[in-house]
Order: sequence, then structure tokens, then C-alpha cells
Amino acid sequence: MDTHATKKKFKPVRPGDRKGGKKSRPFPKGRQVQPSALKDVQKLLKGKSLARDLLIEHLHLIQDKFGHLSAAHLAALAEEMKLAQAEVYEVATFYHHFDVVREGENAPPEITIRVCDSLSCEMAGADKVMKALKDKAPKYVRVKHAPCMGLCDRAPAASIGKNYMGDVTPAKLLKAAKDRDVKPVRPRYQSYDAYVKAGGYKVLKELRAGKRTPDDVIAELLEAGLRGLGGAGFPSGQKWKFVRAGQGPRYMCINGDEGEPGTFKDRLYLMSKPHQFLEGMLIGAWGVDATAVYIYLRDEYPAIRDVLLKEIAVLEKKGVIQPGYVHLRRGAGAYICGEESAMIESIEGKRGLPRHRPPYVAQVGLFDRPTLVHNVETVYWMPEILGKGAQWFIAQGREGHKGNRSYSVSGRVKKPGVVLTAAGATALELIEACGGMLDGHTFKGYLPGGPSGGILPASMGDLPLDFGQLEKYGSFVGSHAVVILSDKDHMRKVSSNLLRFFEDESCGQCTPCRVGCEKAVKLIAEKKWNTKLLSELSTAMTDASICGLGQAAPNPIRSVMKYFKKEVS
Amino acid sequence: MLDKITFTLDGKEVTAEPGESIWQVAKRQGTTIPHLCWKDAPGYRADGNCRACMVEVEGERVLAASCVRTPTNGMKVKTQTERAQTARRMVMELLVADQPKVADAHDSQSDFLKWAKAMNVKVSRFPKAKRPKADISHSAMAVNLDACINCNLCVRACREVQVNDVIGMAARGHDSKIVFDFDDPMGQSSCVACGECVQACPTGALMPKTIVDDKGRGGRVADREVQSICPYCGVGCQIVYKIKKNKKTGRDEIAWVEGAGGRANENRLCVKGRFGFDYVANPERLTKPLIRLPNKEKGINIDPMKPLSHFREATWEEALDVAAKGLKNIRETHGRKALAGFGSAKCSNEEAYLFQKLVRTGFGSNNVDHCTRLCHASSVAALMECIGSGAVTAPFTAVKDSDVIVVIGANPTENHPVAATYFKQAAKRGAELIVMDPRGQALKRHASHMLQFKSGADVSMLNAIMHVIVEEKLYDEQYIQSHTEGFKNLREHLKGYSPEAMEVICGISASELRTVARKYATAGRSIIFWGMGVSQHTHGTDNARCLISLALMTGHTGRPGTGLHPLRGQNNVQGASDAGLIPMVFPDYMKVGNDKLRAHFEDLWGTKLDPNPGLTVVEIVNAIHADEIKGMYILGENPAMSDPDANHARGALAKLDHLVVQDIFMTETAMFADVVLPATAWPEKDGTVSNTNRQVQMGRRALTAPGDAKPDWWITQEIARRIGLGWNYGGPSDVFAEMKKAMPSLDNISWDRLQREHSVTYPCPAPDHPGEDIVFADRFATPDGLGKFVPANVLPPNEQPDSKFPFILMTGRVLEHWHTGAMTRRSHVLDQVQPTPTVQMNTLDISKFGIEPGDKVRVSTRRGAIEIAVRADNAVRPGSIFIPFAFVEASANELTNPQLDPIGKIPEFKYCAARVEPLA
Repeated sequence: MDTHATKKKFKPVRPGDRKGGKKSRPFPKGRQVQPSALKDVQKLLKGKSLARDLLIEHLHLIQDKFGHLSAAHLAALAEEMKLAQAEVYEVATFYHHFDVVREGENAPPEITIRVCDSLSCEMAGADKVMKALKDKAPKYVRVKHAPCMGLCDRAPAASIGKNYMGDVTPAKLLKAAKDRDVKPVRPRYQSYDAYVKAGGYKVLKELRAGKRTPDDVIAELLEAGLRGLGGAGFPSGQKWKFVRAGQGPRYMCINGDEGEPGTFKDRLYLMSKPHQFLEGMLIGAWGVDATAVYIYLRDEYPAIRDVLLKEIAVLEKKGVIQPGYVHLRRGAGAYICGEESAMIESIEGKRGLPRHRPPYVAQVGLFDRPTLVHNVETVYWMPEILGKGAQWFIAQGREGHKGNRSYSVSGRVKKPGVVLTAAGATALELIEACGGMLDGHTFKGYLPGGPSGGILPASMGDLPLDFGQLEKYGSFVGSHAVVILSDKDHMRKVSSNLLRFFEDESCGQCTPCRVGCEKAVKLIAEKKWNTKLLSELSTAMTDASICGLGQAAPNPIRSVMKYFKKEVS
Repeated sequence: MLDKITFTLDGKEVTAEPGESIWQVAKRQGTTIPHLCWKDAPGYRADGNCRACMVEVEGERVLAASCVRTPTNGMKVKTQTERAQTARRMVMELLVADQPKVADAHDSQSDFLKWAKAMNVKVSRFPKAKRPKADISHSAMAVNLDACINCNLCVRACREVQVNDVIGMAARGHDSKIVFDFDDPMGQSSCVACGECVQACPTGALMPKTIVDDKGRGGRVADREVQSICPYCGVGCQIVYKIKKNKKTGRDEIAWVEGAGGRANENRLCVKGRFGFDYVANPERLTKPLIRLPNKEKGINIDPMKPLSHFREATWEEALDVAAKGLKNIRETHGRKALAGFGSAKCSNEEAYLFQKLVRTGFGSNNVDHCTRLCHASSVAALMECIGSGAVTAPFTAVKDSDVIVVIGANPTENHPVAATYFKQAAKRGAELIVMDPRGQALKRHASHMLQFKSGADVSMLNAIMHVIVEEKLYDEQYIQSHTEGFKNLREHLKGYSPEAMEVICGISASELRTVARKYATAGRSIIFWGMGVSQHTHGTDNARCLISLALMTGHTGRPGTGLHPLRGQNNVQGASDAGLIPMVFPDYMKVGNDKLRAHFEDLWGTKLDPNPGLTVVEIVNAIHADEIKGMYILGENPAMSDPDANHARGALAKLDHLVVQDIFMTETAMFADVVLPATAWPEKDGTVSNTNRQVQMGRRALTAPGDAKPDWWITQEIARRIGLGWNYGGPSDVFAEMKKAMPSLDNISWDRLQREHSVTYPCPAPDHPGEDIVFADRFATPDGLGKFVPANVLPPNEQPDSKFPFILMTGRVLEHWHTGAMTRRSHVLDQVQPTPTVQMNTLDISKFGIEPGDKVRVSTRRGAIEIAVRADNAVRPGSIFIPFAFVEASANELTNPQLDPIGKIPEFKYCAARVEPLA
């Protein structure tokens, strides 16, 4: 061996910068996966699919087990699911029920109390509860505000872990925290056997046996006038037609992300008669020959999740459905996922960003396949309509308004709750049905359809609340969430509450909504509103936002400027 | 075919192609609608989020984003209504509210500012929100998210165009923000600094650091721009130099670089091609010819900043005279075989052609070679033997049509980063990516199958896969009959290679081998890419033969989405080989021993030529030790760093009577020279290069060379004249014109055409044809047109681990450093990201030694020893280590084994036995 070149003592001088003294990283670029975190995650995911669409489900597993999502666990999850770290992080940070804890940050305390501060709860004193809790909460408790929990009939509402409670007081909550009373309370509901005994699943059996064709059923649904009760009011039969026009495989999704503040009807039906809902759902799946069904249930309804998990297992056991045919997916705290395309994104394990239309989800939906999306209540009525006939449903309505409606009534009434009555009911009728106004309160105005539907004055309390009736007043009925306001409610405060909600819940995708909501909240906090600028902003938000959230978000502002101008000038 | 769509745009009836957006049609019609999140460039999907491009569609309740909306028949679209314009202005006003002041803009030339100005939105009536702080943690890029408008172009750039998957949009609503990994500082994230995000950013939130000041203010302002080709890997990305005069020095500088619309890169670049150009201005550049001082020992013993310790400056006249005289004397005293030359795959086609012509006609032998010997010589040997052509049968962009993509023995995310983006995109689209490599790598995450086979066990694995294809009759009988010969022989040969028998040898389970075999064979379109993991073995030619057989038996060549593609390593390794920098062949691979072909060149060059093949790189080194070669001329190569058993190679260089080195820096090889001739760097000269896709591309001069540095072609010509050749080329275009006479492959490709079109693929059937991407649809380039099956036996690597040297050592490159680091280590960004050498080692081995990542170890082989810091990286398996060869302080090639593949004469860089010892 020739060592001519090496026998010299001269140490090679590196080319380039030799002053810096910087050394190469002892690891490859970026965050390394820690073996112990990887073991944790592998243990949690053992036997589970690693498909991309399960990302949110798997994040829940980690959050449930450890109370937060540490950077180490997120990195391990990314490795295990063959995802980029950014892909996992952006999803985890999109949803409010995930607590991402980066290196050097503190994990949240053991118990989280979320106090609902949406309109009905705020009117019922949520801010006082919040303040008292913040003052008194022990170290193991963290207090956060949260949007509507669907407990507006028992405002103020709050959650401790997965225990959602109405009519809360600080004392009640602190005691529950001390008792670690954090589990969901399973409600009493109609069992499978009871439902079958009452004639349940008969319609589904008949349809599956071929007694009626999907076209027959579509005709019947159209005749009955059943419309999408999530808020859009689209004729259900028509939807089936569109979905059926697309090549299979097709999917069905149930929108159980009831999040429009003031709305709690779906919760009522799911908690009391889950099988009527499930039968209706399976009728829809039959109607479009769905390859699989995905129920997207908001994370604020953990008790219902327990119920559905149990009852879906019953259906599998009874042979009503093949195992694995119905997937129950958990939301993670995002109102926007009630928007059907955002919901589909979320089911696919992504951030809940609404998609552009066209194409419509009926054509290009879940996993880019034609997809039938129905709201919980919409399918809930299907077994009855098909069992009793379209005429029965029509007869539930009144002149010019087909069928019944479930109005979620809250606010300044004596007995808030779901009022099931003929479509086209008026606010005055609903106040009446709810035992009248609270003592000492005078009817001043109302939200006919949650924050999105705008605010109408008491003088318009006799308008029929139905699809297509209120648009000329700059309003709409949406999910039929009627919040009654009184002379004790200041409209600037009301509209601020509503806009803060939109600001919190905007997905952030498009400029008019993301920036518009943030600016609007600042502008309407002023005593005297800049109505010119607010009008221009409102128009741009409605004209240029991608989805209904941004398009409807300025409705409360416009309502106030139109009907309650004095309060802001 | 889908029909065109007819609709009304601003009152005029227009037609749209299927899939064309309203925005695109409007642009075609002469109306550019404002746009921020829409980037009108290949690879960028419209996202429709900024809402600056809203238009009115008759009958619709709300406005539509013209970038994402496609028209339908009969649709009536108005782009200039008051309603649409008001909405667009309001969008701008909302965004302007939170922007930095115009005087503090990060990019004074940003699209955002241009549109704000065009729409006359200068101020905003809205209150300002809290804005994020600057992130200057990365050496190449400044992140100023206070200018960010959440358009997510950078996310699409990172995730959809480059598929590096570092950038995300986290959180939601007005809290949503651009993040790197887990909202990490960019410089600490997994960012590979491709800079695609910087190129895409419309606001200046992401900027090249070179054009912002320390307060983050700056702009994409250039005095002029020049389109050229990246000088690094074989992908051959087209680039645009943005040139600005440095006010202090008065010299023009490359202020920043952008990707141009080349066929191989479609505007994409990697960290080297975007941020690796400041080497040209490095103070270590050679600017004067140097002549060795007497009695100075030859060795790696010079500080490259201070070459005058061993050299003195000379005039060109003197240096050239000394250089040429030394060569001439040896030729006259010891005969023409006593001289040899190494050309370079880093220089242009014209320079390569001139260099081999000099050796063949001036030195008088075929002793001319270059680094292709060290990278793909075995691949080329196998390809020539089996299909009659050493080049790729399809470009890497063919993967857009592939169903199955096999990447074996290649790590393209580091070595061919832009090619890798196409592979990752294909995998995202749904193509099956099958990666075969003893090392894990970034492609693994995108692969449906990762076969981490045992180092050196290629043939056993590939034979087993072929065994399955034969056994299960998955081959294409018709194709084999009409296009190949020798299948029967191979079929017999493969009988002994069942997956069950091979699994212990290659370390991949029989069932996995069967699955992969079925997938590759039965897919409609399969394509194979390979790199130096295949070629750099003593059985490298056999490895390549197996891959060729695999493609031949399944008929996976000659159609879109199919083919055989050895990923070429250097920017012009294809072109330098084509131009004849190979000892056995003249330009266009014409065998020197073939009388007819030789006569053609003797005619053209007007001299007698040696009919005997010359020596290859490693053979030349051995011939020096054997006193057969006495003098050398080395142009742009660095064998002191790149040759196996580098101490042996350095010893040879030191032993030469006369060594002339022509380079831009005092390389480790130049340290052994008698005369050093300062050459021009790539951005300082004109010339063509040919990339891995067979695309001949035009490189253009953008800067003047420093000092007395001269273009390589000029220097070679001056030497030629001084050893008796009457050359008189006026420049590269003259040389190219002569090359066209010598090389049929350049038919229909002229200098003028390349000036005009930047890039043409060969073979090219007509002057207006872009060239043939996919070749051998009907017949191969063999004399009978048939592809040949050549069976391969399982042979172990030359040097097996044992108790004394228990580790397997592999060598190669890292993303930031190219070849021997001569250029990249002198580039600020590349150096900052990867400043010092490391040995990659599995964490299990690290803990066995009881050391920590970052600690130093001694790595030794039977040939040498180096001291080097440990990098924990489980991409290498326990028992294996990997060392990049770009670092002189810990020169990997002092360790490597110089044993050669018998046919390709390529050394076994990918396998030798090593020992690792912790240092106290």
C-alpha cells in the first residue's frame, strides 16, 4: 500500500467556510420518532387499520388515553400511518377537542370543563358560570369556553370530560370535577326489540325484499315533500335521484354534526329512538345501493355515540347489516363539519374544509364517489313516511306547508324544548307552545334558524317558519333553531356573540370568511357601528365566501342594521 | 375525447377546452382576472381560496371563483360587473389591512402588491390583527408570515408539486397558519430546502435570504436574467439566473435562481439547483495559472485558500507551455501509451468532445475516461450488450403513465430530487411504487412495497422475481418471440432461483418476492429506475442484466409508462459518454476496434487512430503504479477524492512525472499537479449538456469569469495546439458543428435550434420534432433488432465482513453535497445545512458501542481509516454503515475497495468490510 499521501502530518483543510465551526446534525432532518412513543402508538393501534381516513379516529385514541396529543405521539402516529408530520399536525390542530402539546409546553390539567357560551347559554348566564369557575377551579381543572352543545333547552350547559350537563352551576360542576364524574351518561331509549315490536324495520325488510323499487320510493318521498332537515331543505327524493345517476360504488353519509347553535332536535331523536333513525338511514343506503354508510356524529354527543355503537352491534348481530357496513365516525369539535362537504373531508381524516361546488357531493363525494348525505332527522322520518304513506306526512302539516317540523326552541321562554308541530309554525305560536315568555321578559325578536338565519323583530313574529319563506326578509329557517330574545337582550351583544361564534368556527380557508369574521367582530364591538363598511363587508362575505358559513355569517349584522338600528347608532 | 364547451364571457361567445377554467379562458381572451392563490404554472391545482378572482355567473346566487370554476355550455359569465369588482376589491382590502407597510415589504415586486396597486387598494379601513414574527432559522430562506395571506400556494408547492410534505396549514379560522412540520422553525424542520415554496409565494412571506435585508425588506429585483441548465445532477433542470450588480464589488452576481419550464423539471428545482450557486464567487476560486514550486511534496497538503504555499502564479503563455511541454516530452520519451486523460461529466458536450479528441489524436491512445466509470459503466455495458444502447429507453417523466414503478439501488430524493418529485406524484396518483434498497429512504413512505434486501444480494432477488414470472407464466410470450432472443436459455437458468431458495440469500420473504413479481409483470405499464446501488458492485453488470431481462420478458419497454432508466449521476454524464470520453469507444459509442468506424473518425480528424481500447479510471491508476503511465491531463475530475482506495489513487497522482489539472478550485487532485489551469465555472460559459432523459440542453453564460480564468474548451485547444494539433475552433458552436458530423445521435439537433428551444431530445427524427422520449417500440439498437437475455449468477461481493471488519460499508452522496464537494462545500447554504462529514449508523449499533449520536468514531478497512462523527439514522440496518464521499476531512474513499466489475470496470463502492471503533 502506498501511503505517500497520508504519512504527512498535514491535516486536510476543508474547503469553503472553515470559520463557522458548525457541525452536521447528529440525526436526519426534522423531528425524530422516539421509540417509546412509537410503542405507545403501536399498542393503541394494534389490530386497527392504518388507512388515511382513520387519522381523526386515531387522534381520538391518543387524546382519550393520554389526555393530550404530545409531539412525540403525533410524530409516532405519522410514522405508523406513513403520513408526513405536517399532515398529522394540521389535522390535529384544526379540531378543538384535540390538545396538541409541543416540546416544552405543558400538558393540560387532568380535567377539562367546557362551558357553552353560545347565545342561549350566554343569555342564561354562561359568562357568570365561566368567571366563577375560573376563580375557583383547582389545579387539576382547566376551564374553556365552547360552542353550542345541543343542550339549549337546559341552558347554561357545560361538559366535564365526556359528561355533558345542562342547568349547570359552578358548584355542580366543581363537585362533578372532584368526583371525576367525566363519563357520558347513557340515556334510556327504545331498544331494538321494542322498536321491532312496534313494527320497526318492517319497511326496510319490504324494500330489501323488492316490494318497492327505489323509483317508487323516490316518488313517495317527493310527494310527501320530505326535505333536508339539516337546514338546506333540499327535497330528499331529488337527492336520491342525483346520487343514483352516478356510477357505483356509492356511499351514504349521515350528518350527525348538529352544531348550529340553538339546534338540539337530532340529539332528541337519537337519544330516544335510535332505531327509527337507523332504519331510516338503512332505507337511504338501500335507495342508492350504498357500498358503506358513515355516520358522522359530533363529539359533543358521546352518550349518543355509546348508544349507536351498541345498537349498530345489535344490528350486525341480528343480521340486519353486515359487520363493518356502518361506520360510526367521531367529530372533534368543529361546527364547520356540519357543512356536508367539510364533513366528508373530515370523514376522510382531513381538516374540515368545505369543497367547491360544483361538483356536488351527490356526484363527487366521499372518497370521490357519488354520496348520499342526509341529516339525522331527515332519515328519521323515512320509515314512518314509507310505512304510513306520503299522505300521512302531508297531513302533519298545514295549508301551504307539508309535513311536520321539529323546532328547537330556546331563549327567553318558560319551557324551552323541541316543539314537533306542523311546518310553517310562527314564533308567536312556538312561544305559546313553550309556556310563554319568561316572567319579566317581553318578546323583542328571535333567531328563526340559529345564528346563520339572522334575527327578526317581534313585529315579524307571525311569519310562517318554513323553507323559502324568510329569505325576502334577509333571513332563513335553516335547522329550525328558534331562539327567542327579549327586551333584556341588547342586540349589539347578541350579534357579537353570534359573530364570535362564526369567527371561532370559520375553517379559515377563504379570505372573506377568515378575515371578514375577524374584522367584523372588531367592528361590531364598537358602540357606534360603521354601517357603511359593515354593509360592504357583509356583501362581500355573502358574495364571495366558499360555503354557507361565510355567506350567512353577516346575516346577524345585517338584521341588526335593518331591524334594530337604534341599538348600534 | 370530451367536447369543447361554448359559453359567453363578457358578452362574447367563447370556447373552452374540457377542464379549462373560466380564468384560463379569460386570459386566453386577453383579460387577466386578479389572482393570488392561483398560480398559472404547471403542477399547481387551482384552490379557489383567496377569492380575488370572483366573477358573476348569470343565474347563480353568489359569485364564482374563476380559477377553480370550469364553464358549462351556455353559461353566461361576466368578469367586470360592479358586483364582481367590488367583491374582489373588498378581498384585497381585507388582506391589505394585515400586510406590512409597503416600504417594509419583504418582496417589493410581489404579485400581491402588484394586484393591490392594479386594483387601487392602497389602504384598508379595517383594524389590523396581531401578526406573527419572522422566522430566519433557515440559512436559505426567510419566513415572514406577517405578509402571509393563507393562500396555501406554499402548501401545494411542498405537498403536491415537490411532494416533500413539510409545509402544512395548521389550526383554523383566523388562527390558521403556515407551519413546518409541527410549527417548527423552518431551519429545524424536515425541510429539504427545494425552495419551491419561495418560488410560489405571492406575497414575500417566503423569500430567498439573499434578496432580503436583516429587517426582512427586499424584493425580487434583477438587472437581467439568463436561462440555463443546473450544473448538478443528471436530471438537467432548466433554470433562470437572476443577476444583480453587487454595489460593493461592482461585479455581477447571481442574486437568486428560479426554476424554468424545462421538460425535465417544469420549473422545479432542488436545494442545490436553487441555492447552490454562490460557489462561483467563493474566494477560493482559481484566477491565475499556477506552476508548482520545486521540491514541494505532492499530497493533500495545501490549504485551498492559499495555493501559493506550493505553487507560483504564471502567465497563461508560460503555464500552457509548461503543461504542454511536459505532456509532449512524455509522449516522445515513453510513447503514446504513457499518457492518459480524465475528462469530466461536469463539463459541456463540446468540452468532452474536444478532450477525447485531444487524447486520441494528440496523445495518440484511447487512454481517456471519466467518472461514468465510477457510476454507471456497468449499466451501460449491460444495456449495450442487451439492447444495443447505453441510454435510457424512457425519460423519468414517463412515470405519469406508469402503473408500477420500480426504484432499485437509487435514492432519488437525495441524488435526483426533481426526478423523485415525479415518482412521488405518481405514487400519490395511485401508481404502485416498489422500492428495493438495502437502505431505507424517503421514498419508503410513498412505496407500496419496500424491499430492504441484503446488501449485494441483487441478483438473487431479481432472479427470484424472474423465476416467479416464468413459473407462473406471467411473461409476455408474444413480445418475447418477436422482440428478443435467448429466453429459453434464461428460463432454464432461472429454474434454480425459486423465491423460497433465494429468501435466505436476499433477506426478502418468498411471498413478498412473489407479490412484487406478479405486480410488476401483470401491470399494464411498469417501469424500472436504478442507480449506483445496482451499478457500483463487482457484479454490477449482472445486476443490470437482470433488470433488462425483467423488462424484456414482460414486454415493459417501448410503450408509454414503461422502460429501463439508469438515473445518471452528473449533469453531463450522458453527454460526456455520448461524446466519447470512454476508452473503448469513439463518440456515439462507436467501437475503437471496428475498422470501418475507426476509418470514419480517422477521416474526420485527419489522423491515424489507435485501434486498441484504452485504460479505464482505476486501470490508469494501477498503470501509473506499474510505471506504464507517466503523465496525465485531468479536466474537472477529482480522482484524489472519488476513486476507490483513495490513498492508492493519491499515491499514483503523486508518482506521475507530469500532471496537468484544469479546474475552478484547488481540488484535492489539483494539489498533486505540476501545472494548474484555472477554468470557468458553469455559469461563466456557453455549452450544451445532455441529461439522463437524453435531452440535449443549452447552458448559457451569465457571468464573466473571475481573474484570468478561461473556458475549458479554450484551454484544451491551447494545449492541443502546443502538442502539435492545428485546432482553430472559434467557440462551442464550432465544436458542436463538428460533433454533428461525428455523431448521428445529434441529427436534427442544431446549435441554433438549441439556442431557440433550450432543449431537444435525441434521437430526433425531424428539425421540428421535440425528439423521441420513448424508444425501441419496434426494435432495439442491436444489429438484429432483438433484445438479448443474459443470465446472471449469484456472486458474493468481493470483500465479506468478518470478525476483524464486521460492518458493511456503503458510500454515496447526501442531498446537499455533490460529487467530491468541490462546488457544494463552497456554497454557503449547502455548507450550512451539511457542514461536516457523518457516518450513518443504526441506533442499535450506536447503543451497542455505548456512544451518543454526534460522537466520533474511527472507521477502518483494510485500506485505510478515518475519524468521523456518528449520525443516528435507522435507514441503515444494524451491521451496515453509510458514508458520503464528499468530505476531505473524513474521506470515504480512503476506505473503499478498488475491486472491479469484470465487464463494466466499475469499483464496488457499495460494499466493503469495515470496522467501527468509538474514540475516547
